[in-house]
Amino acid sequence: MNDMDDVVDEFLVESYENLDRLDTDLVSLEENPNERAKLASIFRTIHTIKGTCGFLGFGKLERVAHVGESLLSKLRDGELALDSDITSGLLAMVDAVRKMLGNIEQSRSEGEEDYAALIEQLTKLSGRDAAASPTPSIAPATVTNDSQTPSPSTPLPSLGDVLLNTGAVSPKDIELAVAKQLAGDPLRLGELLVEQGSATHETIREALKKQQEAHPTSVADSSIRVDVGLLDKLMNLVGELVLARNQILQHNARQGDNAYSATSQRLNLITTELQESVMKTRMQPIGNIWSKLPRVVRDLARQCGKEIRIEMEGKETELDKTIIEAIKDPLTHIVRNSVDHGIETPDVRATKGKPREGVLFLRAFHEGGQVNIEIHDDGAGIDADRVKKKAVEKALITTEHAARMSEREAINLIFLPGFSTAQRVSNVSGRGVGMDVVKTNIEKIGGQVDLQNHAGQGMTIKIKIPLTLAIIPALLVTTQGQRYAIPQVSLLELVRLEGSDARKGIEFIHGAPVYRLRGNLLPLVHLTKELGLASDVWRPVGDDESVNIVVLQADGRPFGLVVEAINDTEEIVVKPLGKQLKGTPVYAGATIMGDGRVALILDVLGIAQRSNVVSQVADRKLAEAKREDATDGDAKQSLLVFLAGKDGRMAVPLSAVARLEEFQTSTIELSGDQEVVQYRDRIMPLVRLSRYFGRTSETDSAAIVQVVVYTREDRSIGLVVDRILDIVEESLRVRRKMQSRGTLGSAVVQGKVTDLLDAQAVIGEVDPTFFEDLVAA
Amino acid sequence: MASVQQYCTFQLDALYFGVEVQKVQEVLRYQEMTVAPLAHEVVSGLINLRGQIVTAIDLRRRLELAPRDAERLPMNVVLRTDDGAISLLVDEIGDVVEVEDSLFETPPETLTGIARTLVAGVYKLEDRLLLILDTERTVDLSPVGAE
Repeated sequence: MNDMDDVVDEFLVESYENLDRLDTDLVSLEENPNERAKLASIFRTIHTIKGTCGFLGFGKLERVAHVGESLLSKLRDGELALDSDITSGLLAMVDAVRKMLGNIEQSRSEGEEDYAALIEQLTKLSGRDAAASPTPSIAPATVTNDSQTPSPSTPLPSLGDVLLNTGAVSPKDIELAVAKQLAGDPLRLGELLVEQGSATHETIREALKKQQEAHPTSVADSSIRVDVGLLDKLMNLVGELVLARNQILQHNARQGDNAYSATSQRLNLITTELQESVMKTRMQPIGNIWSKLPRVVRDLARQCGKEIRIEMEGKETELDKTIIEAIKDPLTHIVRNSVDHGIETPDVRATKGKPREGVLFLRAFHEGGQVNIEIHDDGAGIDADRVKKKAVEKALITTEHAARMSEREAINLIFLPGFSTAQRVSNVSGRGVGMDVVKTNIEKIGGQVDLQNHAGQGMTIKIKIPLTLAIIPALLVTTQGQRYAIPQVSLLELVRLEGSDARKGIEFIHGAPVYRLRGNLLPLVHLTKELGLASDVWRPVGDDESVNIVVLQADGRPFGLVVEAINDTEEIVVKPLGKQLKGTPVYAGATIMGDGRVALILDVLGIAQRSNVVSQVADRKLAEAKREDATDGDAKQSLLVFLAGKDGRMAVPLSAVARLEEFQTSTIELSGDQEVVQYRDRIMPLVRLSRYFGRTSETDSAAIVQVVVYTREDRSIGLVVDRILDIVEESLRVRRKMQSRGTLGSAVVQGKVTDLLDAQAVIGEVDPTFFEDLVAA
Repeated sequence: MASVQQYCTFQLDALYFGVEVQKVQEVLRYQEMTVAPLAHEVVSGLINLRGQIVTAIDLRRRLELAPRDAERLPMNVVLRTDDGAISLLVDEIGDVVEVEDSLFETPPETLTGIARTLVAGVYKLEDRLLLILDTERTVDLSPVGAE
């Protein structure tokens, strides 16, 4: 049985690879229906799948592949011409095949569906009147192709094609020769042509040579499949070797033995080369993920009634595999957005004087040790005023704030959670969970997203990402005798303040230290304090002491991290942390230093969030640099004010809220009696606060509900509110303690009496284990 | 013949513990550690085990025992887990012992607190008791495991 499993696995891997290529091939074939090589390759893929699954006993899959194959064979033989209906049919077949493969992978069976409708559709398509479709001009040459090719798996370009391409013979001559052949003349095509006097022996010989050269070398000969796990292990071992080499080089510097020195130099060179080669094994061209996009764009464009062409440049740009994986979804999302919202319908475009067909242009290139990816569309671009209006409507910003905003700032609002400018929400995009996720995901891998808007003319999204995550340049700092590494991507500059400069330079706003960096206030965060190693860190600086400020950027906002000493920059090998440390957001990983000791890598965003330089929620870009007062007592805190029920004004501390979201009422499903939505690949239970408090509400009939999301670990719970009112910064003083269910008491917020929601209690009733760790602590 | 189990044993305070031999990757004398501030309190630090970063859990703190004397360096029992290697810091490493299944008993009801969760059972040896550690629960520091 195990052997069988292996065979099936191999079949799956191979088929998946082929199917991915198939999507691209089909779409490009639709544009150039005469590309015979592509058609042949598609036919071959389906043929292989059909053959193998017949052998493995997957009957249903075989049937679907079979009708696809017959349709394809008609296309190949020129009996039918490819049009968009046939392409759609074939793509649907690819989807069905992919789905069945997925089922096979999971359960070793093809699943319940019988695909009868699809099979019928495909049969109908292949049975269509052949005369109605134009026959490709070089069809006759293909006949000779069949008679000459020794094996169907490696077809040579036909001699006729080669001769036609070089222009040595006219199509008419070939047709004549082929006709003779068909009539039973035993001579080969070349011989016939010479006999006809339409070609010389020379030309034929040359064409034959060309034909042989065109024979594609099989990929199987020049590459092998390797388990990614093995590559990762190799990478680790090389990292180890680099460390050992460093130690030997240090040792060598002390020894002064010539022979030993020469050997260690050699070791040095070989190790460096080995490191580079192993790194290369993990690199993949970005084309691997781009290849899925033409299909996405085609389907979407058809769905939205748009005409869109996708162009790509720099497909061969290479990236580390882990990064490729990480940008796949954000990239697809951006492309979908551009197609759905960016590019206008053909009619609108025509009235604006643009060509009916929109162009989506993708470009990738290396620059300064980073990979740049640009996604450009020539659509409508972003209307800054509409964005502002929307943001005000959604209570993400205030009207005054909107008025003060520059166009650039306004456009960046689309990166806020819960934002979508789409006039109407389509099933494609515009659900409000979009660009913020894109941004977070790209920043997670140390990348940056930038948006250039040309109102009316389209927009460009520029993404910059590091080449690899495995080895990164980092700044090493020391605090309390421990070394920490800070990834250089977040580093802006280093500032050193000596004695009296430090005393004067660091000022305090109600306890929050700041430094005037070229006229702007830079909030300061002390690493020792943030790591909980000491609390009294802001003592006066002596004359012979100095303060080191590492100016970092998190989420587009600069802040200064004060450390005891700045050591050096170094290329470090990033290693993952165990599960036990995953819950500590201030670390991004660990590395091993030259002396063999472990140093932790700081997660700049995590530190910024911990120290409130950036808050985790919606107002992160908007709130001014207000910091919580370090002293307890009347500490100010950010409160989210909302309506639960038509007029139940309530508030919760913003720090506990993970996100604010909106969901279509139609996406709410029932699991038992519990309302749930699918949220980030998980099922999130919803609690309607109005119902919980027994108040009247309009959310029951609304098309869209606003939801306050609480997340712990990987679980989320959504509290449905009637409306988000505001986010305010106020010192919270509970005026009246109440023992009623679900509230902690009431307070005066913005001059109005507001109940404080006991989120813990409310959530606890739905999911008693949700806050367990808090209770345990 | 009664079936026999093999345990890798170690001393922790006055207690004598055992871990199934198959789960132990290796035992090491004291290794230098890098502390990880803000991590869970039972995490003592990180160890470089031939290029692999291994989290070290202080078993005394995990079992809520009295802290080790400052001058006494702990030893490492490195466990193999699904999530990579994890080291348990113990006082002294003992022998690998073979015990018969018939000597096994589940812990008495009077055993409470964290030990109740982490001690899977007891082997009644002639001169002393061998406590068997539930390694999965020991290394699981998530809220449910910490219960």
